[in-house]
Amino acid sequence: MELKQDLLYTEDHEWVRVEGERAYIGITDYAQKALGDIVFVDLPEVDDFLEKGDVLGAVESVKAASDIFAPVSGTVLEVNEEIMDEPGLVNSQPYESWMICVGMDSLDAVEGLLSKEAYEALLQEEE
Amino acid sequence: MDDLKRTPLYSVYKDEGKIVDFAGWALPLQFAGITQEHKAVREKAGLFDVSHMGELEVKGKGAEAFLQYLFTNDVSSMKQGDAIYGFFCMPTGGVVDDLLIYKFSDTHYFLVVNAANTAKDREWLIQHQGEYDVEIIDSSSSIVQLALQGPKAESILQTLTEENLSEISFFTFRRSIQIQGIPCIVSRTGYTGEDGFEIFTDAQFGISLWNALMEAGKPEGLQPAGLGCRDTLRFEAALPLYGHELSDEITPIEAGLGMFVKFHKPSFIGKDILYRQKMQGVERKLVGFELLEKGIPRQGYRIEGDGEDIGMVTTGYLSPTLKKPIGLALIKQEYSAMGTEIQVVIRNKRVKGVIRSKKFYRHQ
Repeated sequence: MELKQDLLYTEDHEWVRVEGERAYIGITDYAQKALGDIVFVDLPEVDDFLEKGDVLGAVESVKAASDIFAPVSGTVLEVNEEIMDEPGLVNSQPYESWMICVGMDSLDAVEGLLSKEAYEALLQEEE
Repeated sequence: MDDLKRTPLYSVYKDEGKIVDFAGWALPLQFAGITQEHKAVREKAGLFDVSHMGELEVKGKGAEAFLQYLFTNDVSSMKQGDAIYGFFCMPTGGVVDDLLIYKFSDTHYFLVVNAANTAKDREWLIQHQGEYDVEIIDSSSSIVQLALQGPKAESILQTLTEENLSEISFFTFRRSIQIQGIPCIVSRTGYTGEDGFEIFTDAQFGISLWNALMEAGKPEGLQPAGLGCRDTLRFEAALPLYGHELSDEITPIEAGLGMFVKFHKPSFIGKDILYRQKMQGVERKLVGFELLEKGIPRQGYRIEGDGEDIGMVTTGYLSPTLKKPIGLALIKQEYSAMGTEIQVVIRNKRVKGVIRSKKFYRHQ
């Protein structure tokens, strides 16, 4: 199971990469493996406002749709069109395949997200 | 996972397959991946362990009359060696189960039923046994059932038997066929929309049979296949799944399966209501549809027509064969004509779709 040191994580198996006020959001290697072949990614529109915990969209395998929850509050600045055209990228490169980029109101928004070590511990519990 | 039931084949695929809980059974959802296995069955062949399915036997002088009374299709039209599809219905017309009946003889029938419904079906039979001279036997735990499906199924199986398989036509079967020395029932039936066989044998021979088939199929591209593609395959062929397109609240007429309900029979449970539905029409109907915008329809998603709630998706996928988002839905009859526009509610968004034939796929 691949994990990255410079990312933050959520209990819902998402990762967050913080660059200043911008937060790039994707799903973890664990999540993509659990889902299987991803065939569709449903994402919000640019300028949509997301409250932390909102359903921001879904990743869908052949079998099922799995909701993605906003790990931070903020306005959608960018949506990754590339993975909408080629959803399989989320399987092959989960940490390069960001889904949306959110402009956070404040850096406090990342409070409560998990460090790599904390997420690793969570995965061990789920095993 | 440890308290789940296991088929005799479990040890064969426990490391290779992704195991899930299916109706209380530990079964492989997939091996190489749903899409790849789906394609293998459409183009070459796939092997499924479907030993979780229930097998009930009805024996005795009263067997035919008894099944005629419980089953919607015409058992009296069957010859020895025929298999027939139909339903046990309740007096309300709702479906207790959909099943295949195999005729071993005038006094011996073999019923293959859904795993999750086996106990309920057995109860249903016992409850209606009454004065009928029959014995009801649940053989489920002593039987292994494998499904060998796909255009290469016959040529693969033929390498393992002296029997001329081309003589076994669709919806017929033969007993006591030797598959590499293993005694089997070989039936030309399936649940994928492809040619193929369902093979029954004694539980003790299950692993040997699986291994013999996999070995023989290797040169033809045979792959082990899981429940994931079993569902996408049956769905594309518009074959119903109990709990989706059929249930105790959905009748065969609503589901568009009236051809398996024979009204010339004198009486059978559910006949009155089903006949009325057939003659007077139904308020809701099972349809096929295709989305015209991005999204994937899933079971339980609401469907709207002219802004009103008109029904629900029963099964939906991004079809692996058609590469389009398609679905089956039970909706108000007024909206069931081909070409009618509908909206599917996906995560609170209304996604445009259109009614189309539910035979999404037909093999060549």
